[in-house]
Amino acid sequence: METTTVNSNFKSEKYQINMGPQHPATHGVLNLLLTIDGEIIKKVEPDLGYIHRSIEKMCERDSYQQIVHLTDRMDYLSSNINNEAVCLTVEKALQLAIPERVKVIRTIIGELTRISSHCLWWGVMGMDVGALTTYFYGFRDREMINDIMEETCGARLTMNYNVPGGLMFDIHPNFVKRVKDFIAHFKTKLPEFDTLLTENIIFQKRTKGIGILTREDAISFGASGPVARASGYSCDVRKYHPYSALDRVTFKEALRTEGDTFARYSVRIQEMWESLSIVEQLIDNIPEGEHRVKTNAVIKLPKGEFYQKVETARGELGVYVISTGTKSPYRLKFRSPGFSNLSLLNHIAVGGKIGDLVATMATLDLVIPDIDR
Amino acid sequence: MTTALSITKNIHDWLFSTMPEGVASIVEMTLIALVYLGIFSVAGLFLVLMERRVAAWFQLRIGPNRVGFQGLLQTMADALKLLSKELTGTVKADKFLYNLAPYFVIISSLMALAVIPFTKDFHAFDINIGIFFLIAISSIGVIGILLGGWSSNNKFALIGAMRSGVQTISYELSIGLSLLTMVLITETLQLSEIVEVQKNGWLIVQGHIPAIIAFMIFMIAGTAETNRAPFDMAEAESELGAGFHTEYSGMKFAYFFLAEFINMFIIAAIAATVFFGGWLSPFGITESIPLLGVFWFLAKTLTLVFLMMWFRWTFPRLRVDQLLTLEWKYLLPINLVNIVIMAAVVWLNLTINF
Repeated sequence: METTTVNSNFKSEKYQINMGPQHPATHGVLNLLLTIDGEIIKKVEPDLGYIHRSIEKMCERDSYQQIVHLTDRMDYLSSNINNEAVCLTVEKALQLAIPERVKVIRTIIGELTRISSHCLWWGVMGMDVGALTTYFYGFRDREMINDIMEETCGARLTMNYNVPGGLMFDIHPNFVKRVKDFIAHFKTKLPEFDTLLTENIIFQKRTKGIGILTREDAISFGASGPVARASGYSCDVRKYHPYSALDRVTFKEALRTEGDTFARYSVRIQEMWESLSIVEQLIDNIPEGEHRVKTNAVIKLPKGEFYQKVETARGELGVYVISTGTKSPYRLKFRSPGFSNLSLLNHIAVGGKIGDLVATMATLDLVIPDIDR
Repeated sequence: MTTALSITKNIHDWLFSTMPEGVASIVEMTLIALVYLGIFSVAGLFLVLMERRVAAWFQLRIGPNRVGFQGLLQTMADALKLLSKELTGTVKADKFLYNLAPYFVIISSLMALAVIPFTKDFHAFDINIGIFFLIAISSIGVIGILLGGWSSNNKFALIGAMRSGVQTISYELSIGLSLLTMVLITETLQLSEIVEVQKNGWLIVQGHIPAIIAFMIFMIAGTAETNRAPFDMAEAESELGAGFHTEYSGMKFAYFFLAEFINMFIIAAIAATVFFGGWLSPFGITESIPLLGVFWFLAKTLTLVFLMMWFRWTFPRLRVDQLLTLEWKYLLPINLVNIVIMAAVVWLNLTINF
């Protein structure tokens, strides 16, 4: 252990503490090995693997319909978007023509999922900087989305609503009305988020100028999603490679250039507004039609390699399939946003205090099963 | 007319008339100790419940309302549960200090409670250096926190304890100086006399601008002194797990927990006594019924307690260096200037008297 002599009687030593796997700030079973000098972080070493379930290996065994269900268990907060990613890959490989109705519903559900994920993130973000009340405000609004999901597909968290070729069921008759109610409700509640937390002087002091990530670093670490966009790196998959019905909506990509914790926070708040506007644009004109195209009971992808990426609430999720023409993929690789976003934690947290690390980590919005898979 | 003095005097006379003097003194002291232990635990448990209900109210929840009327017995049940819990500890802890620490914390808050005047003539002992005693005794608590964090042999606890130490020592300056500002008006350190002075108007009115500044500094420093959010560095659950009491379980944990709430009560009680006239009713409306003083005292104190709870459930936590910046770079200089202003106000007779 490195020691620095202050004077002949006192020595100051760095020491190590384990933050996690059971720690309130890591939101799951992530273990961070911290090297600390007093309060100042000298090194952050993430220790992964506590919730590794070999999802990618399991995919090599399962049929494509089954793989969709596994993706729920990765980034469980954007489970619908994960499902969509696999379905889009399969549909791309089979060159299926997807009905317009399916595309629009998928986009609406995807954006609602994003809002609900950001609501939860906002709640725990507040909690991590010590404002415990935000948690319940975030959950209040998330609850309405969960109710809509429950009515639509019977599940609140792990939806499994998408299947290769369309949707498992058609939307519930109440769906449009309830989503409209939610939009009206959330438009009045989102400003509350700002009054409670964003405008708080303590919160701003805690987050501004902390954990700065430059644009160059964001690109070289492979950051994506709100983390990269807060550093001025425009990388929204929805903008550059629009999928489903995202090509027919107008929305602004939330971009900030500061790259600090507060910028990452603001980007997510901005994204909630944008998602709300996307849902609003689509909800009134859901086209009539089939909710699903017929596929074979056993889906066999043609021989070859297929890649599809989507924008989850955390960033870019890529699905890479190598098929040998059988009912399961030869190899399937998920490019998860959480893993690359975690890799830059050491880079931006070193030199800060323990409190800064917690705030910074909160804005990376890590979901551990997404990192470990 | 029943006053607190006549009640206590009757008991005192009866005890001394039925027993030899030495025995009577011991019995009397034991009685007072028991009464204060009762006040201590009831107040502590009530404040825990109040905090939970207030938190629930802020957080769109209902809070505990099942055990007893409106959940009044909930914290009692919790205390019973904690009493029945096994006291676990770390193997490599410094056993003696580890066991000693909670008592430092609890004794300091109990002793501080003794000088608080609940109403006229209703306090355990009314010494002429009341405020000085309060400040002195409340700084013992931090020793318990430091010992607890250090002796548990846990790095999280150690960080929590060191944070708490640095914080309490810093903010004690502000508490002392803001009370000193008010002493310039009252010209006495005795708490009962400080209240008597306020018959002409509460000190926050008498001292107007400097008094309001002193009150605000006192509330900020008091919140920090009790280690409550937004200054809960020592516990900071999202950073340190549970901070200095990570390794404590069962009733020993409950001691830390209760002491925190009693300290909050004491800070609010001092503020109510020094700034808001203690047991005095507004405009003397119930002066004819002295026992109602307890009601006014508790009403003022609980309002201030509510204010502190409001802080806790609204504000995010400061970072440890920001906390020290706030004290040494802002509160302390403001406080020193404020004392000079107050001295000028008193010297030039600019206080407002009715």
